[in-house]
Amino acid sequence: MRNPIWIVRDYIRCTGCRRCEIACSLRHENRIWPETSRVRIFMPFPGLEVPHLCAQCDDYPCVKVCPVEALSVDSQTKAVIVDQEKCISCGNCISACPGKIPYLHPQTNKAIICDLCGGDTECVKVCKEAGYQALKLVEEDVGIQKKLHALEPDVIAKDLAVNLYGEKGEEVI
Amino acid sequence: MLRGYAGKFLDIDLTREKIKEIKFPEATLYQYFGGRGLATKVLWDRLGKKWPKVDPLGPENILTILTGPLSAIHPGSRICVSGKSPLSNGTVGATASSEFSMELKCAGYDGVFVTGKASNPVYLLITDDGCEIRDATHLWGKVGEETIKTLNAEVKNELGKRKPKVGLWKEPSMVYIGPAGENIVRNACVLTKLVHAAGYGGYGAVMGSKNLKAVVAKGRGPLPETAAPKTVKILLQEYHRRIISRDQMRRWGTGYAGYTVGAETSSEPVRNWQEEWHDEKSMAGVRYSTRFWVKPYWADFNCTRSCMKISCIKSGRWKGDITDMPDYELEAYCGTNLGIFNPEDNIHISALADNLGVSGINTANTMGFAAELYQRGILTKDDLGFELKWGDAEAFTKLVHLIVNRQKIGDILAEGTYRAALKISELKGVDVTPYAVHVKGIEIGAHGTRSDQDFTHDICYAASVQGGDHTSIVSDGYNDMGGAIFQDSAVVCMFCVDGDLIWDFARAVTGWKVTRDRWCSEQGPRIVTLQRVFLLLGGPDIFWNPDKDDDNPSRFYEPLPTGPYKGKTTDRNVVKEKRRKYYDAVGWDERGIPTKETLEKLALEEVDNVIRGLRRE
Repeated sequence: MRNPIWIVRDYIRCTGCRRCEIACSLRHENRIWPETSRVRIFMPFPGLEVPHLCAQCDDYPCVKVCPVEALSVDSQTKAVIVDQEKCISCGNCISACPGKIPYLHPQTNKAIICDLCGGDTECVKVCKEAGYQALKLVEEDVGIQKKLHALEPDVIAKDLAVNLYGEKGEEVI
Repeated sequence: MLRGYAGKFLDIDLTREKIKEIKFPEATLYQYFGGRGLATKVLWDRLGKKWPKVDPLGPENILTILTGPLSAIHPGSRICVSGKSPLSNGTVGATASSEFSMELKCAGYDGVFVTGKASNPVYLLITDDGCEIRDATHLWGKVGEETIKTLNAEVKNELGKRKPKVGLWKEPSMVYIGPAGENIVRNACVLTKLVHAAGYGGYGAVMGSKNLKAVVAKGRGPLPETAAPKTVKILLQEYHRRIISRDQMRRWGTGYAGYTVGAETSSEPVRNWQEEWHDEKSMAGVRYSTRFWVKPYWADFNCTRSCMKISCIKSGRWKGDITDMPDYELEAYCGTNLGIFNPEDNIHISALADNLGVSGINTANTMGFAAELYQRGILTKDDLGFELKWGDAEAFTKLVHLIVNRQKIGDILAEGTYRAALKISELKGVDVTPYAVHVKGIEIGAHGTRSDQDFTHDICYAASVQGGDHTSIVSDGYNDMGGAIFQDSAVVCMFCVDGDLIWDFARAVTGWKVTRDRWCSEQGPRIVTLQRVFLLLGGPDIFWNPDKDDDNPSRFYEPLPTGPYKGKTTDRNVVKEKRRKYYDAVGWDERGIPTKETLEKLALEEVDNVIRGLRRE
């Protein structure tokens, strides 16, 4: 039995190549389909790339609010798994997420959430191959602080803007 | 079924506010692909016969914003902008990197053709549900930063309202113009992502002349299906593996060249090309990266080359200026060419050009031209309102504003270097055209020919259908066609193309038998021949004379005054000889006019009627 895994995100290292979106959608949809990628790169202003993916909150608010029990936690990886059959596209999981991370598939209209590729995370592989490590896999319990990463992209980008652009960063979003 | 294409294009008449979806026969797409090639075809079909009368800045001109079948699928996603150029009166396929191609294709469109003129400022919003013309009055006058910020928020908000349940909407991607395009500055560019410009050709002015501030795209669909998805997947992996294995470009972008192209190859514009050598070590990637790069690896969709690096100035008088790197071209043109040899001032001028929406290559060429006229006492403080000394970043800041706002002498300089030279010659009674460094109205990229050590030589610009454009130069007439002509029609980034892999990739995506040989012997020559015809037809304000204008700027025949190649110059006889050979190779006569036989061979018979009169009997 392995430890739970978690994807560490390092916004400042993200180049915006979006190869993670390509890899993720190829795995899950067998197409290059950025809007179905379970990790989406937001960019509220050029240079402020924000990889947005499930933070696996320790209390899983999305799982709790699902009225039809379509969401569950994988016992091995601790990822949130969506049962496509059960999902009724109500969007409750989106509202409950502190980072508004889940969203509805453009075609099936079912909720999509990062499933950690069953442990074989495609996005991390390509990010690592390119040497960016904006997404990095850790095999340790990150604990309750995971939830602090569940933020809306604009919130993250506003801080990132100041980090990158100094005072100017206060004005760009 | 078409592979690699979404399958439909938007044809928009802004005067009548009519939006049509159009398709092209597969045979047309096979021959012309997309981007530069398809633009050439459509411009010929719709405007060819009346070309000399078409005002590039009038409603009749067609602005083309096109992807190609490889865009977004091949590493390095670009968009290609074209139309009748207000600078060359021919056409240029100007490309820029961003997510725009991906968003457009995911929304279900391969490109946009825009004609007419809107009665008030507008922008186009393209989504999976179609295209709409939206009011842009509130965006008019806004610089790049403000335009992006406002449109990102506005469009996300609007789409969120329309489909609130789907979750967070990601930002759209957009191409837009700054105040320069609105004021119809001929060298205004079409920008995307703050710092990326489709710079050559003056298409920002064309957009401005149509009252079109921006085209915004957000698609939720997949990228188009490919003919051999498994092969595409494998080729993508191999492509990225190769790109990642070459570290020089990834680490420095083209930013190291600000020093080396001056000090080593001696082909960098210095003070309006009066010199091409310098040994100023602060103009190198090292200092820029250590002091200013806040994001040392920055890229666009499906690109691991990451040759872009974001510079930001956080202290001093230019605090808050943001630009990319600058790349080599802008290190040279917004730096050494203006006598500026420090990174701060260089970043500042680059950021200013980006934000105001002028091409940092072409308008900075015009500014260098103006500064030389000031040095020679031809332009004075009375013309400018201030002194214009080499290296004075404050003065060049004022000058770029004069140009963008078309004030004082800026109104003349806003016409681009060549047209400004003609007007100033008349105004001052002195021939200033020898100081205008351009070919057929297109200011020359930051690579000289005199030392012969750079990738640009003798006829590279003189014989090119895109004039001074350094991204699509001429060398031997045959092989060229498989290079930039193909890449700009497939609309991919030249910095991601790796050897012959692109041909395998093109076949796997489209399912067509795309070969280098075919592109070199047929498809490429057809596109270039049509572009040549556009140049020869020219008008309405300027008509090129092949005997005089298929040449380098006169400065390139002056000996280099300094540096390791002091005394060297471009050889007129070599130019003459190679130009003749090049014309011969592509099937044009000794003056570069396509022969009847060539037109027949390329299935362009109907062109012969239009250009027959240009030939000498």
